[in-house]
Amino acid sequence: MIVRALLLVGLLPSLFTASPVFADSMMPASRYANQQLPDPAQEAQAKALMQTLRCLVCQGQSIADSDAEMAGDMRSLVRTRIQAGEKPEAIRKWLIERYGDWVSYSPPLDGLTWPLWGMPILFLALGIWIVSGRLKRRGRR
Amino acid sequence: MRRKLLIWLPLALFVIFLGIFAGGLIKPEGKVIRSQMVGKSMPSFALPPGLPGKPGLSSAELTNGKPHLVNVFASWCIPCIAEAPQLRQLAEAGVPIYGIAIRDRPEDLARFLARNGDPYVAIGGDANSSVQIALGSSGVPETFIVDGKGIIRRQHIGDIRPEDVPGIMSALAAAQ
Repeated sequence: MIVRALLLVGLLPSLFTASPVFADSMMPASRYANQQLPDPAQEAQAKALMQTLRCLVCQGQSIADSDAEMAGDMRSLVRTRIQAGEKPEAIRKWLIERYGDWVSYSPPLDGLTWPLWGMPILFLALGIWIVSGRLKRRGRR
Repeated sequence: MRRKLLIWLPLALFVIFLGIFAGGLIKPEGKVIRSQMVGKSMPSFALPPGLPGKPGLSSAELTNGKPHLVNVFASWCIPCIAEAPQLRQLAEAGVPIYGIAIRDRPEDLARFLARNGDPYVAIGGDANSSVQIALGSSGVPETFIVDGKGIIRRQHIGDIRPEDVPGIMSALAAAQ
């Protein structure tokens, strides 16, 4: 009885610190998940692309940074396609067709995202206008 | 008077921004990435059998005029165990269910099916997640409702719960 109570008390912390279970498969990583391409120029292209593609299961990381299995499979996919001669932007487009703009860290210029480019210019123009107004007033005084 | 009010504008903007950022930190949006392939045809693929004794899966089989479910699953996936009874129920109701097993070994798959039942007509083994990525799926389990022409009509993300079954049945009927 006492032993059982002690066991329960011992197990209690594990109940409260339960972390989500991220199951992983038993399969080894895909061929090019962690192996560079033999051609340095192609590897550089692949690396640049992988750094701007978002990992789908870890969300805050690029597939180049992530240890998730799916990110490994995506790296392998990118490297295999680069090796086959595909252009990086074509691979990005292929992934965006599947997962939406969300998968890319390089946002397109469209109806929703134009303020990202437009606002800085707008703010700069506003600043110049305010400053020039003040300078003019000061000149008159 | 107007000048006096204007002086508070930067602070007001700052507080608004602070509110937005604090909101994002306190309650981050749990982002579910939906596949953009819904409404498009199934990408073409041909997967080898996931385990001996059962056929593999090629996209050509999904254009036979009948609606079906394509279930993306894995033996190492825990919610896949939870949805197994619902898949069995759907299979018993006559729904053809095709499986795509992600990064799975035949022996693990055989053990999984022996334990949880086998509702699948065929199981393709996707050893490097390539078909999963081509489908725009970002995890296991996910289930796609595909109509008879091979067009993806709906994506169900996560395990199929008992309360999801009627909705899936009506979506299948609508895909006739």
